[in-house]
Amino acid sequence: MATVKTLEILTPGPLTTVQDRGRVGFGRFGVPQSGAADTFSIRIGNLLVGNPENDAGLEITLMGPTIKAITEAAVSVTGADLQPMINGEPIQMWRSHLLRKGEVLSFKGRRSGCRTYLAIGGGISVPVVMGSRSTNLAARFGGLDGRPLKKGDILCSELPAAHLKTEAITFDCAWIPTYATEERLRVIAGPQDHHFSDSSKELFFSSRFRVTPQSDRTGIRLVGPRIEAREGLEASILSEGVAPGAIQVPGDAQPIILLGETVTGGYRKIATVISADLHLSGQLTPGNTVEFVEVSMDTADALMREMEQLIRQFRNKAAPHHLPN
Amino acid sequence: MLYRTPQYRIMGDRSLLVELGNHIGIDVNKRVRELFTTLKLAPLEGLVEVIPAYASLLLIVDPLKVRLSLLQKEIQHTLKTLDPSRIPEPKTVDIPVVYGDEYGPDLEWVARYHDVTPDEVVRLHTAQIYHVYMIGFVPGFPYMGELPKTLVTPRRETPRTVVPKGSVGLAQAQTGIYASQSPGGWQIIGRTPLTLFNAAKTPPALLQMGDQVRFVAIQADEMARWQQ
Repeated sequence: MATVKTLEILTPGPLTTVQDRGRVGFGRFGVPQSGAADTFSIRIGNLLVGNPENDAGLEITLMGPTIKAITEAAVSVTGADLQPMINGEPIQMWRSHLLRKGEVLSFKGRRSGCRTYLAIGGGISVPVVMGSRSTNLAARFGGLDGRPLKKGDILCSELPAAHLKTEAITFDCAWIPTYATEERLRVIAGPQDHHFSDSSKELFFSSRFRVTPQSDRTGIRLVGPRIEAREGLEASILSEGVAPGAIQVPGDAQPIILLGETVTGGYRKIATVISADLHLSGQLTPGNTVEFVEVSMDTADALMREMEQLIRQFRNKAAPHHLPN
Repeated sequence: MLYRTPQYRIMGDRSLLVELGNHIGIDVNKRVRELFTTLKLAPLEGLVEVIPAYASLLLIVDPLKVRLSLLQKEIQHTLKTLDPSRIPEPKTVDIPVVYGDEYGPDLEWVARYHDVTPDEVVRLHTAQIYHVYMIGFVPGFPYMGELPKTLVTPRRETPRTVVPKGSVGLAQAQTGIYASQSPGGWQIIGRTPLTLFNAAKTPPALLQMGDQVRFVAIQADEMARWQQ
């Protein structure tokens, strides 16, 4: 396929990386999923510009980069609201836009959420490493040379011209997530909830925790009342595989919501964020508070199906707009 | 112990933790490998990720394809019908290591801790074969054991912010190799010139769970010869 230079990074922002839906199937080699911390936003962003949901886009953290179009391209901005602009004019999020050659995409400043996603028609062409284009920052592979973007980087896309169309499409505003400063995440208890006393669990489910500035793509570090494990238990458990959304409680009794950068760990997990709310974890910002609400497996399953149904409906709605020219 | 009946625990709505025992031991880990290898040879519908560890496997599914309750039944069936004689033998790998000096900054400390000479630490470390229990922490990092009792060493009180790639360390009864540069608290006694993780290769990691590892002491000037 023909790849074309599409975007030039004028300023990179504090942390901008190439991510897709993540890298699965290599956990046995100690390779974590990586991928967008908010996969809902990147999936919708891709659909808006006529890409498959798993194409690579840019994950932009807290502050925006400035990016110049080298050629005409379809773009969308989803996720955290950093007030995107084209040539200084505000643009609507969760909508496809035409970025003309020479135009500059920039961001006025954060209003809500932590991570915003830029999708471009034709995706971002970087080598597929172990089935994914996601950047693994810790082990330095995937994405663009395994590193955050820097000034002067040139990004390429596959046949961006095939994604240009006359009519813009918009994601239904009723479905756009809001990233509250006081967030509620639904969780399923376990897998080690039995290591905590009833009073510890009650405290966990009745308290508000504050998101600390030490939070990053590996985990959302929280501060709040101490969630103590039962007395007489060892400080850690045997290392075991972990999944994104697992909420571990290390020795300092302060919970950490794991995102996609951890593959094994030896801390007990009191609960796990359900699939339907996982994308909201990736939008938690230092200073936000979060509380956890326990739901049943059946409820979690129904909510996951509802979300997948919504994405499927949007895929069907978006597809006709993206017929090949 | 190796559980008579495995424990199944859910980790959210798309992951099932299968616990086969509750300790670090060859018996349990061998059972983990048998189940892991069986699932790799005959993948179950909807199972997208299997992460084997000391005594458990974490199974992650595509929840649109399989429910965890059904997966649990399938795993119960797999465990009942599993034929250990059909599991391929693990491979044995020699790992060359330059011990001490700049490559093993904690060798002297470890020797003093056990009241032996650094040479004796090297002799003990290279005298046996280690079992790779799991790969984790960072890509390609093998957790291996058991160290002889005379080498069981606590972690460093203050972890290092940077441990160079290839560093060979001790932590309690385990020995491991930093597959890439990272922070870490293991006692570093040497360094291997081998590459333990290369994202561009298939498979990306030199070692897999179950592999048998032998450390071989080499001199610093031999390192280049071993580098791939």
